[in-house]
Amino acid sequence: MAEQFEPKITAFVCNWCTYAGADLTGTSRIKYQSNVRVLRVPCTGRIDYMMVLKALHKGADGIIVSGCHPNDCHYTSGNYHARRRWMVFKKMMEVMGVDMRRITFSWVSAAEGARWAQLVNEVTDQVRALGPYTAFRQVVGAGVE
Amino acid sequence: MEAVIRRAKELLEKGEVKAVLGYAQGTGGVRRPHFAKRPDQVDKLVLDATCAQNLAVYATKHEVKKLGKVAIVALPGTQRALIQLMAERQIRDGEVAILAVDGAELKELDSAQGLEEHLALKTQALDAKDKAKLAELEAMSTEARWAYWQEELSRCMKCYACRNSCPMCYCEHCTMDCNRPQWVPVASHALGNLEYHMVRTMHLAGRCLECGDCGRACPVGIPVHLLTFSAEETIHELFGQRAGRKAKLDYALSTFKTDDKESFIR
Repeated sequence: MAEQFEPKITAFVCNWCTYAGADLTGTSRIKYQSNVRVLRVPCTGRIDYMMVLKALHKGADGIIVSGCHPNDCHYTSGNYHARRRWMVFKKMMEVMGVDMRRITFSWVSAAEGARWAQLVNEVTDQVRALGPYTAFRQVVGAGVE
Repeated sequence: MEAVIRRAKELLEKGEVKAVLGYAQGTGGVRRPHFAKRPDQVDKLVLDATCAQNLAVYATKHEVKKLGKVAIVALPGTQRALIQLMAERQIRDGEVAILAVDGAELKELDSAQGLEEHLALKTQALDAKDKAKLAELEAMSTEARWAYWQEELSRCMKCYACRNSCPMCYCEHCTMDCNRPQWVPVASHALGNLEYHMVRTMHLAGRCLECGDCGRACPVGIPVHLLTFSAEETIHELFGQRAGRKAKLDYALSTFKTDDKESFIR
């Protein structure tokens, strides 16, 4: 029997909202799929797009980027800056031909434990259906010609 | 062309500028940049339809800044680059004299305000060929676009000609040269090439002047200018601002509006 493909999902989350939200998911004893690797950063404004590229480079099949809802940023405006960056980044990645169904942007607050579980489950199911990101993997493995 | 040479000679003879930067005859029919530092060197200046290089790239170089005031023969792309360099505080208002050339018309501009007013009279539009190619890319499937860029970028050897030809790529310490941490692999393999062009595009989003010099500089003919053009058009669509128009401009990605509209963040 062929083993089912289990995707690796990298989640970049901000310390103040989504990380706390994910904590709430745990303390509320809500179960969700274990494919996600959570990386905590101070703020969504800290999430350089290079970190997303690095995650793909290192073998992530899917990526979640999540932080505070607009107006709720601990540092007042980090998420607004991040939002602009993602708007441009998303378009650039589309032009380059990167499969943007694999990268999910989201706002999850510290009170939305159930929403975090739901988000992770949805993303994991979607990426599992898409299969491993072979296109990017090929590029990484191509080496020097 | 005669008007440019006459004016250049005058400026040098009166000592109003230390050098005039323009184009001269290079080898193999191409035009090369030419610094005329003495009035007798002015006669080498050439100005015709084959002159294309964006000369603003020299305006930020130490060697040129050290000369003192320089006059630059500025085609529309160079004019936009110069005003954007002023907006980014890389050159001071009045640091260069601008011999603005639009077709047969020559205008001498000394201030940022004059340049701004001059540019306000012009419309800036993408070349029809580039526009068609961008539309063609947009119509492709994601996989086809990926394949297209992989094919194109497979020729890239990371010579950084696109970076060095760009007047807006003036950083003394480029991300590409940064090795602690090494964000982008140095070697010119598929991943390094892909990431290099992604980074270049992101760093020029909202700052690209759509002069197309990066594409012209590429020795293997990769249409790298399409990437930055597309990013610049995105910025214009999303945030309603363009680089190379105003002497005061907030960088699109370091400002924000609380009502920026997107439809993909869940």
